[in-house]
Amino acid sequence: MTLIPAPIAAALLPLAALVWAAPAAAQADAPPHSNRPAAAPGCSPEHTAMGHCVPAAPTASPSPAPPPPAPVCAPEHAAMGHCVTAAPTTPLSAAPPPLAPAAACASEHAAMGHCSAAAPVTPLSPAPSPPALACAPEHAAMGHCVAAAPVTGRTPSASAPAPYADRIWGSAAMDRARATLRREHGGGTFSMIMLNLTEASIARGRDGYRWDGEGWFGGDVDRFVVKSEGGGQFGERIDEAEVQALYSRAIGPYFNLQAGLRQDLGTAPRRTYASLGIEGLAPYWFDVEGTLFLSGRGDLFARAEAYYDQRITQRLVLQPRVELNLAAQDARAQRVGAGLTDIELGLRLRYEIAREFAPYVGVSLERQIGESARRARAAGEDPGGLAAVVGVRAWF
Amino acid sequence: MTTTIDRRALLRGAASLGGAALFPAVPGWAQPVSAGLAAAPGPGPAALTGSDIRLRIAHQTMTVDGRSGHAIGINGSAPAPLIRLREGETVRLHVENTLGEDSSIHWHGLLLPFHMDGVPGVSFPGIAPRSTFTYEFPVIQSGTYWYHSHSGLQEQMGLYGPIVIDPVGADPIASDREHVVMLSDHSRLHPHAIFRKLKQQGGYFNYQKQTLAGMLAGRDQPAGERARWGAMRMDPTDVADVTGATYTYLVNGHGPRDNWTGLFAVGERVRLRLVNASAMTTFNLRIPGLPLTVVQADGLPVRPVTVDELQIAVAETYDVIVEPAEDRAYTLVAESVDRSGMARATLAPRPGMVGAVPPLRRRPLADMNDMGMGGMGAAAPPAATSAPAGGTSAADPACPPEHAAMGHCTPKAGTMDHAAMGHAAPATDHAAMGHGGEQHAMDHSMRDFANAPEVAKTPTVQTISPMPVDRTGEPGQGLDGVGHRVLVYRDLVALERNPDVRPPTRTMRIHLTGNMERYMWAFDGRKLNEVTAPIAFTKGERVRITLVNDTMMGHPIHLHGHFFELVTGHGDHAPRKHTVQVQPGGTVTFDLTADAVGDWAFHCHLLYHMHAGMMQVVSVREATA
Repeated sequence: MTLIPAPIAAALLPLAALVWAAPAAAQADAPPHSNRPAAAPGCSPEHTAMGHCVPAAPTASPSPAPPPPAPVCAPEHAAMGHCVTAAPTTPLSAAPPPLAPAAACASEHAAMGHCSAAAPVTPLSPAPSPPALACAPEHAAMGHCVAAAPVTGRTPSASAPAPYADRIWGSAAMDRARATLRREHGGGTFSMIMLNLTEASIARGRDGYRWDGEGWFGGDVDRFVVKSEGGGQFGERIDEAEVQALYSRAIGPYFNLQAGLRQDLGTAPRRTYASLGIEGLAPYWFDVEGTLFLSGRGDLFARAEAYYDQRITQRLVLQPRVELNLAAQDARAQRVGAGLTDIELGLRLRYEIAREFAPYVGVSLERQIGESARRARAAGEDPGGLAAVVGVRAWF
Repeated sequence: MTTTIDRRALLRGAASLGGAALFPAVPGWAQPVSAGLAAAPGPGPAALTGSDIRLRIAHQTMTVDGRSGHAIGINGSAPAPLIRLREGETVRLHVENTLGEDSSIHWHGLLLPFHMDGVPGVSFPGIAPRSTFTYEFPVIQSGTYWYHSHSGLQEQMGLYGPIVIDPVGADPIASDREHVVMLSDHSRLHPHAIFRKLKQQGGYFNYQKQTLAGMLAGRDQPAGERARWGAMRMDPTDVADVTGATYTYLVNGHGPRDNWTGLFAVGERVRLRLVNASAMTTFNLRIPGLPLTVVQADGLPVRPVTVDELQIAVAETYDVIVEPAEDRAYTLVAESVDRSGMARATLAPRPGMVGAVPPLRRRPLADMNDMGMGGMGAAAPPAATSAPAGGTSAADPACPPEHAAMGHCTPKAGTMDHAAMGHAAPATDHAAMGHGGEQHAMDHSMRDFANAPEVAKTPTVQTISPMPVDRTGEPGQGLDGVGHRVLVYRDLVALERNPDVRPPTRTMRIHLTGNMERYMWAFDGRKLNEVTAPIAFTKGERVRITLVNDTMMGHPIHLHGHFFELVTGHGDHAPRKHTVQVQPGGTVTFDLTADAVGDWAFHCHLLYHMHAGMMQVVSVREATA
C-alpha cells in the first residue's frame, strides 16, 4: 500500500488542530503594537536639489528663504498639489490636452512621474518651507513642513443625530427598510446538506454499505448541525449508526467549535453521549475534525477524521481519508479496549459531473486494532479488511 | 432582446434604420447594430430624455446568445434604457414597481440630495410592490454614469442602465460619434442560487484551480510554492468569485455570439462611453489595433492619456476616444479579470462585418503583492527591472524610499512577482519574503492584528495584509507584462483644478476584509449587520482615507453622493472618482470633502460582497447638529 503514508500524515492533523486552535485564539488577543506608518524623513539628493529639504550632511544647500507670508508655496510644489499657491502661479487652462507647465515641473520630478516636463528644466528656485496649514501629510512625513497634525480615527466632532432618512420618510417606514438592509447584507441564513460518503463496499463475504454526512442551518457564525454516519451489511439490520445534533460556532476564520448530543442507533448498544468537537480547514487544505464523546455511563471516547481533496484535473479529485477512534478505557458493551480501537483509511477518486454530484470509486481499509480486534475475533466477528467502494458524493 | 427576430431581417433593418424600428422596446444604444447616440434619431426611442421620465420595473425575458431567460428590466428592456439628461435641468423620474417585492433605483455617481439617492434602508424606504416613487433632483454635473437597483440582487437580473448627461455648453470632448458600451455579466442561474452556492462552497465557480495535472505539465506554481501557499490556505487562482463557468459577458445586453456592433465612418473620432455595470466582473478591455485615449473617468474629464488596454472595475466608467482609420472591423474585447470568459463587440464601418477575436489570455495567478506583502519589495533594490517590461505607461525609473513612503511612486515590484511565481529571483528577495525556511513566521503574519488595530477580530477576517503598499501605479491584476500600454490610476490627472485643495485635517484607515472559505466580506472585520454606528463626518470636513485591502481579491469601493480625490501625486489635479478599485493586498488613499449632508451608502460594488456584508453607512452631519 503505497498510498498509506499520505493518509497517515493527514491523520495527525486533526489532533494538531485542537492544539493549533488555542494559540490562534490567543494570538487574536495580542495587544496591537506599534503601528507602521510609512514615515521616511530622509532627505534624498534629488529633493535637496529641489530645495525641498536640507540634508544633515554639509551639502551646498540652496539658501532657504525665510517663510514670509506671501510666497507660501513654490511653483513646483503647487504643481504637485502639495500646497496652495497664494498667487496663481500655475494657471491651468481648460484646454483639452494640456500638460503641466514646464516651469512647474522639474526633471527629477518628471522622472519620478509626478508631472510631465514639457521642456528642458528651469533652474530650481529655493523653496521656502510652506507653513503648516498648506502642508499635506505626505510632505510632513518627509519633513518638508510641519503638518497641523491631522487627527486619526473615526470619531467626528459632530454629535450623532437620528438617521437622516427618518426625518424625511418617517421612522416607521425606515425601520422596516433598515431591518431588511441589515438582514440582507450579512445577516442571512443558509443551509447545506453534504453526503461526503454514500457508498457500497465490496469485500469477500461481507458486502455492505456506508454513509457519512452532515447538514447545517444558520448564519455565518452560529449554526445548527446534524451529523450522521453508519453502515452495515446488505440483508442485515443496520450494524452501526449514529446521529449527532450540535450547536456550531465559528471560532476563527477556519474552525468551528461544536457541542451537543450523539445518539447511537443500530444493533450496537443505544448509548447517548455528550459530544464536543472542533472541525475546520487546517493548513495545507486538510479538512479535519476531532471530537470527544462522553457516554451516559462516564466512558470517554475520541474520534479524529481528516481528508484532503487532491485535484487532478478541474473535475477529477482524489480524496485520501483517515478516521481514528480511541477509547480512554475498556468498554465491554461496545467491545473495545482502551487506546486506539479502530482505523479507517480510504482513497476515493471522484468525478465532479457537477460540483454537487460526484460519483466515485475507491478502496477502504477498515480495521480494528489491538484489544478491540481481539474482542471482535472472540465474538466471531471479522476485525476488518480491505474493500473496494463505489459511491457518490453529493450536496445541495 | 425581448423579441426574437430573424437575423437577416435584423441586419437588413439595421442597415436601413440603425435597427431601431425592429426593436421598439430596445433603445438605440442597445440595438444589435447601433449607429451611435448622436447619429441615431430613428423612429425608436433613442433615449429617455426630458424633465419627466417614466420608468416601469417589471419581470420580462432576456435573450442572450439565443437563449432566453427570466430577467427584471425597465420599460420592457433589460439592460434598462439609456437616460439622457442635461446639466442644469431638474429632472423628475417616476419609477413604477410592478414586481411583487420591493425595488429601487440608485443613480450611480450622481450628486443629489441624499433622500433621492435610492438605497433602501439608508436613503429612503424603497419602492413598495405595485407603487410608484418619484425621484426629483437637479442635475448639476455632466458625463457618463449609470443606474441600477439597490434592492436584493435585482441588479444581477438586468435592472441596470446607462445615464449620459450633456454639459451645459458645448461638450469639451469633441467627437463625431458616440456609443455607449455597457459591460455586464449575465447568468441563467438565479442570483440567490449563485449567492447560496458561494456560501456553501466559496470556490464553487472557479474551474481554473491549480491541479496535479497542471503541475506535472509544468504549469502554474511549482510544487514548493504550492505547498507554501497551501500552508496559508491561500488559493492563487482565486481571482474572481463568479466566473465564466456560469456567466455570459455582455456588451449592451448582447452576448459574444450576438456580437453587438457599433458603426463608425472611417476617420471619425468615436467616443466610447464605457460603463462596467457588472454584478461581479472586473474587465480588462482593449480594441486590438486601436489605441484608447481616455478622456473621462467616472464621468469627470481627465487629461487625455492614450493606452492600449485598461482595467475597468465594477461600477467605474471611462470615456475613451478611438479613431479607426481603416475600413475594417475592430473587435472590442473585454476579458473577465480571471480570463474565464470575455465580452465581445465589434466596431465596424458597416453592419455584418466581423473582426478577428483574439483567444483568452492565460489567467493570472495571485502573487506575493496580492497577499499584501508588497511592502517587502521596498527593501529590495528597485534597480533590477528599471524599464517596465511593456507593463505600465507610468514608468517609475527612480523611486527612492521616501517617495515610496509618500505614495508618490511604487518601487518596481517586478522582482517580487517573479519570485512569487518561481522565476529567477535574487536570493535576497527570497530571504526577505521568508521563503528560506521561515514560512511559519509568514503564516502567522498573515493574520497579525497588530498590523491592523482598527480591525475587529472576527471570523470574517481570513488574512491581514502584512505590508500593504499603494498599488495605484501598477497595472491591474493580470495586466503586468502584457506587452503594451496599460492604464494605471496614476495616469489619471483631472482636467480641471480640484474644487477643494485644503489639506486634510483627519486621517482614517478602513480595512477591506473577507473570508473566502466562509464567503464573508466586511469593512474592518464587521459585516453591515454587525455594525452599530455609521462612519461619521462633519459637513465640510476634509478627510484623508486610506483603504487597506486585506484580501487577495480586488474590491471596487463606491461612496454614494460624493467624489473623492485619489492621492496619486497629482496634487490639485488629483483625479476625482466615485468608485475606486483597491487591488489585492494593496492600498488606495483618497481625500474626501464631506460636503453632502445625509446618510450615504459606502460599499464594495461586487454585488455578492456587498450582499455578504461589505457595506457601511457614511453619515455627513452638520457641524452644529
